[in-house]
Amino acid sequence: MKRIFKSAAILSLAVILLMSMFGCSGGESKTVYRTLDEIKESGVINIGVFSDKSPFGYVDENGEYQGYDIYLANRLAQDLGVKVNYVSTEAANRVEYLQTGKVDIILANFTVTEERSEEVDFCLPYMNVSLGVISHDDNVVTSLENWDNSKSIIVISGTTAEIFLTKNYPDIPLQKFDSYANAKGEMEKKDSRSIAWANDNTEVIAFEKQNEGYTVGIPSLGDPDIIAPAVTKGNVTLKDWIDGEIESLREEKFFHKAYEETLIEIYGKDYEDTLVIE
Amino acid sequence: MPDLGLDILFKGNNFMRLLEGLFVAFKISMISVAISIPLGLVVGTLMTLNNKILKAVFNIYVNIVRIMPQLVLLYIVYFGASRLLDINVSGEVAAVIVFTFWGTAEMGDLVRGAMISIPKHQYESAESLGLVKSQVFAYVIIPQMVRRLIPLSINLITRMIKTTSLVLMIGVVEVLKVAQQIIEANRVSSPNGAFGVYLVVFILYFLVCWSISLFAKYLEKKWR
Repeated sequence: MKRIFKSAAILSLAVILLMSMFGCSGGESKTVYRTLDEIKESGVINIGVFSDKSPFGYVDENGEYQGYDIYLANRLAQDLGVKVNYVSTEAANRVEYLQTGKVDIILANFTVTEERSEEVDFCLPYMNVSLGVISHDDNVVTSLENWDNSKSIIVISGTTAEIFLTKNYPDIPLQKFDSYANAKGEMEKKDSRSIAWANDNTEVIAFEKQNEGYTVGIPSLGDPDIIAPAVTKGNVTLKDWIDGEIESLREEKFFHKAYEETLIEIYGKDYEDTLVIE
Repeated sequence: MPDLGLDILFKGNNFMRLLEGLFVAFKISMISVAISIPLGLVVGTLMTLNNKILKAVFNIYVNIVRIMPQLVLLYIVYFGASRLLDINVSGEVAAVIVFTFWGTAEMGDLVRGAMISIPKHQYESAESLGLVKSQVFAYVIIPQMVRRLIPLSINLITRMIKTTSLVLMIGVVEVLKVAQQIIEANRVSSPNGAFGVYLVVFILYFLVCWSISLFAKYLEKKWR
């Protein structure tokens, strides 16, 4: 027993030592990012994108990166006169990639939030997202006011839709599902007590396009969120260049063209002005 | 037969990409294994010595590896090292470092176990035959140890291969990530693709791990 205590004590001491080593040595402030000139000089820009979020950032059957985010990334690199090195990122490590300077820009459907703005610098936005509500053609839900409480709304647990409805419409009963597939299954049931499904509007619009008999009655609910490129905190030269670039791209209607090249198949013409910021 | 969406594997280079992804995973685990085994032998031998300081150091080392999830170690080496120590390594190198760190500890512990499991009379009778210490190890102890180690280390190696699925979190595109990319790129045209593609990934992992365990069986038989 005594020995167990002893080794536990030694071990915790070691862990504390290790942690303090990692914790304290972060004092000096070195620039982790590369400035605009340094990127140009190296001839390659590292851009963090999603590789499995069709149609925004994905890899096609020939191993090429494609999608709405990629369309912009390619253009940025072209105008900068450098090659792109795409880095496959996950939703959970995007901030980390910027903070360690392992990528110069994140262009991975990055929603601007207050917490994230403290950790990275967002450039001008290029897309809108908000929540949407889809329902059956024969009983289209166009408003959440005066809700009949014998009916419920489908949400996927942990999504912004669930958080939004719980906060703003606490009286509406929710039917919660863990996965997209289960929520979809419930939506397709004829005798379900749920008459609508709330999710990101890109998701419900795509669902409407792919399945017969459904209508997006509420295409945008609550405050829209914006999606923007992000750079490492403090990388002013790069941020200023991207901002200027986005402004001139807006003038030439680049983002409408990007929508038509990459998103129109999934979302159709009707939502072009809802999703694109220009 | 239900539609498994297997056709998407034959679009373009998809199947080749999956195999390339498998090769990335295999390469990372094999390099790590190749470094871990000799290091593990050294660490394991040092662990059996009756030195208090060495024992304490290795005890801490082995326990850190046991306690820390591999994902945390990957994050520390890939992001932590560049954030705090300004050391930038690629995702693959970070993966090999972490897997070797892990493999050496486990291998060391296995070697230690195998060494102390060899009865004392084996050493004594070998010495009484007139063998010197190095001969005792080379001809009597190590051959017996290796036989005991094979099943245990195969277990470790196959676990390492399977754990490579975590390296997608540090930007390494290996077989599982390629699978996710293929599934997502075809989400609209074949919504059932996930079943077929993951089934194929399962078969690929199985083939790799199974052939390794067959090889181990062959060695066990040969050295009996």
